[in-house]
Amino acid sequence: MSRNLISALFLALLMPLLTACGFNTIPTAEERAKAAWSEVLNQYQRRADLIPNLVETVKGYAAHEREVLESVVEARAKATQVQVSPEMLQDPAAFQAFQESQSQLTSALSRLLAVVENYPDLKANQNFLALQAQLEGTENRIAVARRDYIEAVRVYNTTLRTFPSIIWAKLWFTDAVPFQNFTVSEDKMEVPQVNFGTK
Amino acid sequence: MRVMSLAGILRALLIVIAIGAALPALAQQPQLTGRLVDSAGIIDAATEADLTTKLAEFEKKSSDQIVVATVPNLGGEAIEPYANRLFRAWGLGQAGENNGILILVALEDRKMRIEVGYGLEGTLTDLHSKLIIENTMVPAFRAGDYSGGISRAVDDIIMVLEGNGAELEARAERNRHSDSAFDIDTWIVIIFFTIWFSIFFGSIGISLLAPIFGRKIGPRRYRWLGMDVDLNPKPRRRRSSSGWVIHTGGSDWAGGGGGWSGGGGFSGGGGSSGGGGASGSW
Repeated sequence: MSRNLISALFLALLMPLLTACGFNTIPTAEERAKAAWSEVLNQYQRRADLIPNLVETVKGYAAHEREVLESVVEARAKATQVQVSPEMLQDPAAFQAFQESQSQLTSALSRLLAVVENYPDLKANQNFLALQAQLEGTENRIAVARRDYIEAVRVYNTTLRTFPSIIWAKLWFTDAVPFQNFTVSEDKMEVPQVNFGTK
Repeated sequence: MRVMSLAGILRALLIVIAIGAALPALAQQPQLTGRLVDSAGIIDAATEADLTTKLAEFEKKSSDQIVVATVPNLGGEAIEPYANRLFRAWGLGQAGENNGILILVALEDRKMRIEVGYGLEGTLTDLHSKLIIENTMVPAFRAGDYSGGISRAVDDIIMVLEGNGAELEARAERNRHSDSAFDIDTWIVIIFFTIWFSIFFGSIGISLLAPIFGRKIGPRRYRWLGMDVDLNPKPRRRRSSSGWVIHTGGSDWAGGGGGWSGGGGFSGGGGSSGGGGASGSW
């Protein structure tokens, strides 16, 4: 009877230790980071999907701005060509390439939107206004998704290097590698400035 | 005594640290005091009362949470990240549904934003938000009519959300919290625990209650509720291996963390936003 009681007490004392050992911490953080990355890709894809329409609309009013339009189309093609795979998050070179291609598209787009400022007719076009609102919203969603990804990766990478989860990283999740994160250089990149002539 | 005071000091230190950590966030962003947080003080009393009831009614009907916030300035931050941070801090919209909308006006920066939760991005699109800002808010704000601009913007938003009537109904239905505290989930939980308790504590209860309420039929033997209860210790047979049964609380019955703001104070339901909506300036 008393032995039962003692073993029950012992087990009860052990329970918190079992939950606190943090075996789940690493997979949980990894999945969260991956989900955040999917959201980043999702929003970049959304931007890429908007571009053909935008280019068509601008062409109707400013066909002779060939150079700018072509650079946008080219940058989009390059950005969508980058092979996206989950392993990419662990590969600095691939991640860098992706980041590079997207930032080139960002700068090409901002040049296009700067050029548009010279065409009042285009700026008044309803279709263009709609596209501009969507593009602006998408840029903001990209910013939010990137911020969430940065935070998720920070948490994941921290679990790989801090006690007690580091024990599991060394013993069990030996293939877990810190994920790549966005570097500052792209954060400094100019986001397309959308001005509605209300300056 | 020494130990007590040491513990006291430690506790005080912890509290100080906690306050210190919380302060920077508190200093920058207003608290969610209601559906209308007029930190900049630009909305008149009549409009305020009118808007509050209108928004409360709309939430009751659709479960969508619309909140209007005005701030004196953004403290040098861009309005988009500021609005997103505020939205998430307040957790507007129901949890899982993310059907919140934040109308943010920064007076000194002359900027406004309609931040839309994930769940409403498809209904109140970026273009809708942009058009509401450009056509309703900006002209009124330029004329100095902040109350009117905000009020009409709220009307427009409600109109857009109501425009998709079928979806609105469905959303409201999904988030309908029955007025009585006993919905089906609660009953399941109560029944589960009743059975659980009667299995685990029933025998103890009977052995305790039988001597009190039962009729004595022998030495330490009682008859109660048609049962013969014998409290004499039985001769032990061979001790069988005591099987341990560990009950892990596997059933996730808590669910539905949505803070329904039915009566009294208002609080966000735990929704989130991914940066949908539009911004403008006047």
